[in-house]
Amino acid sequence: MEILSNLAMGFGVALTPFTLFLAVVGCFLGTIIGALPGLGPSNGVAILIPLAFSLGLDATQALVLLTSVYYGTMYGGRISSILLNIPGDEPAMMTTLDGYPMAKQGRAGDALVISGVASFVGAFIATIGLVIIGPLLARIAYKFGPAEYFALYLLAFMTLGGVASKNQAKAAFAACLGLGIAMIGMDNSTGMPRFTGGNLHLMDGVDFLVAIVGLFAIAEVFFFIESHGKNSAIGVKLGKVTIPWADLKATTGTMLRGTGIGFVAGVLPGAGASLGSFMAYMAEKSFIGSKGNFGKGDPRGVAAPEAGNNAAAGGAMIPMLTLGVPGSGTTAVMLALLMTLNITPGPLLFAEQPEIVWGLIASLFIANIVLLVMNVPLVKLFVKVLMVPPWVLMPLVTMVSFVGIYSLTGSYFDLLLMVGFGVLGYFLRKLDVPTVPVILGILLGIQMEDNLRRAMVISDGDWPFLFSSPISIGLWIAAIPGFVAPIFLRSVLKTPVGGRPVHGPGEERRQCRPACWCHRAFWALGFDRNALARGVALRPTSSPSTADRRTAGRFRWGRGSRNIPAPRPARNGAT
Amino acid sequence: MTKLSFRALMGGAALAVTLGGNAFATECIAPADAGGGWDFTCRQIGKLLYDLKLVDQPVQVTNMAGAGGGVAYTHVVTDRNEDADLIVAASSATTTRLAQNAYAGMTADQVRFVGAIGGDPGVIVVAKDSPFQTLGDLVEAIKADPTSVTFAGGSAAGGFDHLKPLMVLKSAGFTDFAKVKYIGLDGGAEAITQTIGGFTQAMTGDMSEIAGFIKSGDVRALAVLTADPVPGFEDIPTAKSQGFDVEVVNWRGLYVPRGISDDEFNAWAEKLQAVADSAEWKQIMADNGLAPFTKVGADFQGWIDGVVIDTTQLSKDIGVIQ
Repeated sequence: MEILSNLAMGFGVALTPFTLFLAVVGCFLGTIIGALPGLGPSNGVAILIPLAFSLGLDATQALVLLTSVYYGTMYGGRISSILLNIPGDEPAMMTTLDGYPMAKQGRAGDALVISGVASFVGAFIATIGLVIIGPLLARIAYKFGPAEYFALYLLAFMTLGGVASKNQAKAAFAACLGLGIAMIGMDNSTGMPRFTGGNLHLMDGVDFLVAIVGLFAIAEVFFFIESHGKNSAIGVKLGKVTIPWADLKATTGTMLRGTGIGFVAGVLPGAGASLGSFMAYMAEKSFIGSKGNFGKGDPRGVAAPEAGNNAAAGGAMIPMLTLGVPGSGTTAVMLALLMTLNITPGPLLFAEQPEIVWGLIASLFIANIVLLVMNVPLVKLFVKVLMVPPWVLMPLVTMVSFVGIYSLTGSYFDLLLMVGFGVLGYFLRKLDVPTVPVILGILLGIQMEDNLRRAMVISDGDWPFLFSSPISIGLWIAAIPGFVAPIFLRSVLKTPVGGRPVHGPGEERRQCRPACWCHRAFWALGFDRNALARGVALRPTSSPSTADRRTAGRFRWGRGSRNIPAPRPARNGAT
Repeated sequence: MTKLSFRALMGGAALAVTLGGNAFATECIAPADAGGGWDFTCRQIGKLLYDLKLVDQPVQVTNMAGAGGGVAYTHVVTDRNEDADLIVAASSATTTRLAQNAYAGMTADQVRFVGAIGGDPGVIVVAKDSPFQTLGDLVEAIKADPTSVTFAGGSAAGGFDHLKPLMVLKSAGFTDFAKVKYIGLDGGAEAITQTIGGFTQAMTGDMSEIAGFIKSGDVRALAVLTADPVPGFEDIPTAKSQGFDVEVVNWRGLYVPRGISDDEFNAWAEKLQAVADSAEWKQIMADNGLAPFTKVGADFQGWIDGVVIDTTQLSKDIGVIQ
């Protein structure tokens, strides 16, 4: 009951007309910042810190404003993921995989409502978790040493192949590209710069926010320019938004599972919301198995990552408040804010400054309720922002991307790097290489390597150390099937692992005759016989599906005209 | 300047300052993002400079993160070499990186170090149930078997946190530094969780990042690496009192461009001394776990030169540089 009285105290601090006003303003700004590609939670919070100071807010008010913005961005990110296929912020990346296909099928409204409710469920339950088991759960961080973290990141990496909409080999290539980029910068274990070419700006490595904005937003702008604005992604229409009760009911379990996974990912320092949404999506995909329609507009593919990333956002508050360890990039910025307000997060914060902690927690609850209202019944308001004509939106996306990255890193070099990533993203998509694994490679690569090498230092290079605790053994056991299973399952299941489409959209699902298994194996290894036969190297080699459906038929290289049938169906018929 | 003004605009708050007072306002560059130690230095010293009427306009703080201070250092040396209205936050990390040639060939003599007016004491802590009771126990264990102890710290290998235990060991006559195990984590708090979890046997860091964990009893401090006990933590023995003649303090101070005149340099030194002597600064130090550590002017430059030479040698010994 102590919790309840503390919570009452918190609401007493946070529930004044002025703080409520701040919460509404913060939620509104946050949702817009989240929805705009290029601006995410880290820069949302970072931009507002000086504002909080210049307004002369006291500690509680500043925290209410910033947590509202923080949670708001986590809600808002999904909007542009669904409508534009550009993640509005980094954790919303996974939401593009099913959200955009849903929108293409005319179910944008459903996707927005389902993801909005999922965000609420994730964030709300995580906040309750923060109240009840927060300080207790903080101890989980003590159980994770380098070996355990390595196994955790490995687990995430093992499931990465399944993200690919179609071609595993290309996904692997993309992941390796990301891993390679992650190697740039100062090596934590020796203090030596690597692959920086003597450039000081590369000493800190490549910020994955720069990469994500370049690969998604800037690349999208290039596509827009190429197509002269015709046939652009921004053609999605949003009709009347109704609440899809049946879908909500069907995705309840998904939301709860996503919440659980996201929460744990958030609590672990260094994992963060992006990993939370990724793990939630992948876990759901393998939980549902071949029955799912993932990658083609499955509502569960929207609910899982959104519940996951919002739960992670709440979970990440736990190590930040109780240990002073930021669980994500955004909490790192918030940590900086707390320090500037003369609040030192750490093991004594709950005891020494309870009114701050409980005021913060109360404001999280308030923000969530406000956000649910804004993001479900009033979602069209935000959609309007993104529904301006493409010739207005695209320059806006460009501008916001530049401003967003500059405000965060303050370096013109990062702007050039971002444009470089945009060009890379353009070519990767031309070649039909998925870009999500690149980001995950960068994100996970650094942590994986650092933790492996820390483990090696601690154990004097003794490899069995990696399997020496129950937690790491458990994670390894979970990881190995993720890597091995697709190889065997592919030849067993009618539908390839993860429900990847073997056929074009709208085409009848065909039975694969035995002869085509062999073909499918080749396909899985990245060889497309038809493409090879045609000798057109730079040509999309797979069926138009999921995210690339809209690029197929528009962006063809080589001699192909727009009306050339997509290669995959032809191949299916041939074998 | 366009770049800086633009940045401030993005920040939103400093708009008026930027447009109104660029000509004569003092600028303090914090070579890291908001919230870190350098940012703290700029904001607090900047505020006191104005409050004490040592400068006539509020000091504008610019955050210029990158390469552990290298981006700002290069900027000052190449673009602002004669700007007498510019001060830059510095600390032990600045000299450590300069000594290790981590600023792309820039050297410590390309700027002038004005002074340090406070220090974050170095601390060595162990988990509360650790068998090590004194600093001597820890050093003896490493001497007997260097692989038996791994240190965790908040800086990369070769960084200041890594050098702290090595300086202690050096004073005890142990110089096989390459054998001493150290893992660098993202900040002191993460390093502490690794130590509390039992993954590393000891942790080295600054008092400000460890204080909360010492008070809560999760970790036990073996020694502070200052000349005198740290106010508020008098029961933690100094390394000196345990027979190790070593003093490792993460000083907080400023440097200015090389090209300014001696008069301008001396004026900054006097202003900094005035800040150090003020009651307000003493209060700020007490609130933030800083210990007195004042060296200003020409003395400071001489001290820095010595520190750079020592650090270069130590870094060569552990193989961070050739």
